[in-house]
Amino acid sequence: MVDVPYDRIADVPPAEVPEVELYHPKSWWTQYVFSQDAKVIAIQYSLTASAIGLVALVLSWLMRLQLGFPGTFSFIDANQYLQFITMHGMIMVIYLLTALFLGGFGNYLIPLMVGARDMVFPYVNMLSYWVYLLAVVVLASTFFVPGGPTGAGWTLYPPQAILSGTPGQDWGIVLMLASLILFIIGFTMGGLNYVVTVLQARTRGMTLMRLPLTVWGIFTATVMALLAFPALFVASVMMLFDRLLGTSFFMPALVEMGQQMKYGGGSPILFQHLFWFFGHPEVYIVALPAFGIVSDLISTHARKNIFGYRMMVWAIVGIGALSFVVWAHHMYVSGMHPHFGFFFATTTLIIAIPTAIKVYNWVLTLWRGDIHLTVPMLFALGFIITFVNGGLTGLFLGNVVVDVPLSDTMFVVAHFHMVMGVAPIMVVLGAIYHWYPKVTGRMLNDVLGKFHFWVTFLGAYLIFFPMHYLGLLGIPRRYHDIGEAAFIPSSAHTLNAFITVVALTVGVAQMVFLFNLVWSLFKGRPSGGNPWRATTLEWQTPETPPGHGNWGKELPVVYRWAYDYSVPGAAQDFIPQNQPPKATRAVQGAAP
Amino acid sequence: MAETALTTPGESPARAAGWQGIAADWSSDQRAFKNVSWGKAMMWIFLLSDTFIFSCFLLSYMTARMSTTVPWPNPSEVFALSIGGKHIPLILIAIMTFILISSSGTMAMAVNFGYRRDRVKTAILMLVTAAFGATFVGMQAFEWTKLIMEGVRPWENPWGAAQFGSSFFMITGFHGTHVTIGVIFLIAIARKVWRGDFDVERRGFFTSRKGYYEIVEIMGLYWHFVDLVWVFIFAFFYLW
Repeated sequence: MVDVPYDRIADVPPAEVPEVELYHPKSWWTQYVFSQDAKVIAIQYSLTASAIGLVALVLSWLMRLQLGFPGTFSFIDANQYLQFITMHGMIMVIYLLTALFLGGFGNYLIPLMVGARDMVFPYVNMLSYWVYLLAVVVLASTFFVPGGPTGAGWTLYPPQAILSGTPGQDWGIVLMLASLILFIIGFTMGGLNYVVTVLQARTRGMTLMRLPLTVWGIFTATVMALLAFPALFVASVMMLFDRLLGTSFFMPALVEMGQQMKYGGGSPILFQHLFWFFGHPEVYIVALPAFGIVSDLISTHARKNIFGYRMMVWAIVGIGALSFVVWAHHMYVSGMHPHFGFFFATTTLIIAIPTAIKVYNWVLTLWRGDIHLTVPMLFALGFIITFVNGGLTGLFLGNVVVDVPLSDTMFVVAHFHMVMGVAPIMVVLGAIYHWYPKVTGRMLNDVLGKFHFWVTFLGAYLIFFPMHYLGLLGIPRRYHDIGEAAFIPSSAHTLNAFITVVALTVGVAQMVFLFNLVWSLFKGRPSGGNPWRATTLEWQTPETPPGHGNWGKELPVVYRWAYDYSVPGAAQDFIPQNQPPKATRAVQGAAP
Repeated sequence: MAETALTTPGESPARAAGWQGIAADWSSDQRAFKNVSWGKAMMWIFLLSDTFIFSCFLLSYMTARMSTTVPWPNPSEVFALSIGGKHIPLILIAIMTFILISSSGTMAMAVNFGYRRDRVKTAILMLVTAAFGATFVGMQAFEWTKLIMEGVRPWENPWGAAQFGSSFFMITGFHGTHVTIGVIFLIAIARKVWRGDFDVERRGFFTSRKGYYEIVEIMGLYWHFVDLVWVFIFAFFYLW
């Protein structure tokens, strides 16, 4: 390979890097269980994340039952309600969305989309999954330890997180922090792999500006995670010491039950800074892969090149960089200096610019496109709508004077569920419908898929849209029972009951989706290699599902960007990335 | 993989110097960092991430130290030793710092001999580095023992702010863990060098990949990083 002479007018320069030998599994165990193949690891990640995500889904039903019909369900007391809230939030944000987007989609799509045979260090990649699994097991074990899981809220704010009034003070909080530390260690091993694979292991012709936006989204999110998770790691270690060794990093002098506690001199605000230095980038760690994936879904299913590819890339990078300087907008009510509030409000609102660029570009991609209302496309459209909705309420909450009265109300719950709950989940579901044929070789059922979409999309709106109104009324979040108060009209209780009924309905629709996943695995229509007639490399593999090493004998060579849809004069309405210009010219005939 | 650091493409055109060269590399295909192997790139990115961890530790410590209302113990006094009847402030820390920085020197020499494929000298220098590292950890253990005997605990100490002990044990402990892990890997890689694994391209036990002498340099990156972090801990914790 190295002795190919350099040819200035060749379409693609010669290989710079000799091929790396793959690790070949020797037994059933190393092929399917302790596998070093990124595709198997991706499926392991996805299944584990989905399993623990289902637990979080059930917890949300229990919370809604309590909120909708307070006092009816005697098995949900105030402590349990707080535990449900905490575990629901923590699982959904970290153990489901982060793990699924980066560990699941990242592992599956990065090597295929950049034209690599595997991640650069498959063994480390395998370890990453097993440490993640251990973190999930430790997390799940808190449901069974004395005192149950922690009820500190997913933000785990000290001092209350480790005081005796909070449920799960004995074991729950300790195991939660241990699980977070494990998760970060596991993620770091995977994340280093994703970043190096994108930077250093692309195939011939695959420049950074030819990468599909999916890879850009996952890549940027991974870089952010590698820089943001350290803050959570440090905060977790310090809180663990506060709880177990009696140090006072975050604990001020306290009187509990009339007794002076041994703590003193620590700063709870320090924890908030560390937590949100991680927490805000985390929002975009979840959002950027969604942005990337949805760009590809829209372009493929509207048969049109993505509008403003370069701007899309720079918007992803810009959002990633900006998200590191906005964290204190979560802390407007913590009593920080007003000048800081001014600074963080300004940076927060600046993020609206690259985000708006992305939204406009998605819409402009759709404009006069050949829109196929397939199930992935429906979810992509649903994403744009929920994301715009959630993003606009973000402008309210980013302003200090508006945020202060709305802080800790249902308005905040509605905002973040719209923007980083429903919107990324829409993309996850759309992406599963989109890539399921590549993973299994079979299509998901369309009718069930459309049913799933409409119930989920309309249901999500019916759940979260009324919450804005409840929040404006002043109904607080995280309350086990809002009770009777002069400012709460009785219609608010009716609305709460309505939301609960819708939430349970949407929950049932997810069971239909799970049924579809299993049923189609055996009975689905065979998909062929490229059912969506897409351009990106993962659809051009010689086998479907892709075999070990992805590409057969020869690595693909890339001649074009990922968005050659509906090119005038071309024989088909898409040109795969690895189709040489000569082949295209032959098809086009006289075209230059 | 083995040769990625050393190969250059057949007759590739000369790349422009400076920023233009960097832009050309990043807009080219296959690799953003030319002539940087996967392992080396991964170590650099890991170190960047690790930098954020140590930065968060040090910033938290500085926040605690600045915001506490109780006086902070004087590190010059706390870390003083009486040697031969003389009271010398910070003497132990000075020796530890000297040892760790010396180990960076031997590590750099090991990398040099590694690229010359001088098996014996590389292995010996790596083992010397590991010995320096182990000495450092040993002296740290001595320091911890001394402080614990004097009544310093993570939650309290006889001289002032409780956060002194908390930060001290946490930060030096975390750094000491890094040094210890480094020593273990130094010994493991020195053994491979000594045995000639990289000359006969013997495959790794876990990864079944061939080893190559560049691993010595990647190990060196980690080791120099750990030393550099120590300089910051020394400056911010002991000299402040």
